[in-house]
Amino acid sequence: MTGSLVEIVSIIAAAVAVSFGALGPALAEGRAVAAAMDAIARQPEAAGTLSRTLFVGLAMIETTAIYALVIALLVLFANPFV
Amino acid sequence: MDNPLVLEPLFRLGPVPVTAPVVATWAIMAGLALFSVLATRRLALRPGRVQTVLELFSATLDGQIRATMGRDPAPFRALIGTIFLFVLAANWSSLIPGVEPPTAALETDAAAAFVVFAATTGYGIRYRGLGGYLRTFAEPSWVMIPLNIIEQVTRTVALIVRLFGNVMSGVFVIGVVLSLAGLFVPIPLMALDLLTGGVQAYIFAILATVFIGAAVGESPSAAPRAKEEEQSP
Repeated sequence: MTGSLVEIVSIIAAAVAVSFGALGPALAEGRAVAAAMDAIARQPEAAGTLSRTLFVGLAMIETTAIYALVIALLVLFANPFV
Repeated sequence: MDNPLVLEPLFRLGPVPVTAPVVATWAIMAGLALFSVLATRRLALRPGRVQTVLELFSATLDGQIRATMGRDPAPFRALIGTIFLFVLAANWSSLIPGVEPPTAALETDAAAAFVVFAATTGYGIRYRGLGGYLRTFAEPSWVMIPLNIIEQVTRTVALIVRLFGNVMSGVFVIGVVLSLAGLFVPIPLMALDLLTGGVQAYIFAILATVFIGAAVGESPSAAPRAKEEEQSP
């Protein structure tokens, strides 16, 4: 064990940030895809519009998870307190 | 493990440090430009293989832009297509051994997102006039002005961070797996990376289309139809 307390806490904080930050978007993306599947099953001729809107929406949802990842990277690699 | 947020310069051109993503970006730009010039040099009425692929791509692109913006795609085709092709080539450049995708560096994504931001503002001013474009910030009411201004910044930052996070995390995961088990194990992850790269290029281009479409507003041909619908009931 050579790391200081701040480094140890930073690693734990990064893991917590990514794991909990991934929970919400994962559930949300699952719901969004399920809703899109339902809509495509009901109305297959609208599949093009639906999937384009789905992709844009998924990108928006995914951004929150990416924010958590970026925070984790900042904590690991650009930590202002180390 | 390398710090993904800090870049080491490869060499210096006078006072300017040149990093690996800059070299890769210029190589991709040169490659795409050279390919475009060579491929469109001898266009024929009965297209050959390359021209068929290009026409297919162009037609698909036109269809996507028309479906998203509800406008004639001609003024936007060059910008959106170039953004898509560049991001796609940058994401997939990790296929070449020894090359890291330039989009895995924050600066490349920032440059691409800034191009989208500038294009959004430029097209908005060109199509609505300066006053008309500034007036869109006050829609639906003047209370929304601060929020609309903040939205301009946050969506550009989100564009940067989304592309950076996706591509960089792919590179990072492969690096981690490579340090654990070198042979054959990272191959499925690299295949997944190709999928992510394609999807991210599509999303980047479609979001640029959506932003520009929102800035230029509805096409004049669509507006009278809406008016008729208002009057008819």
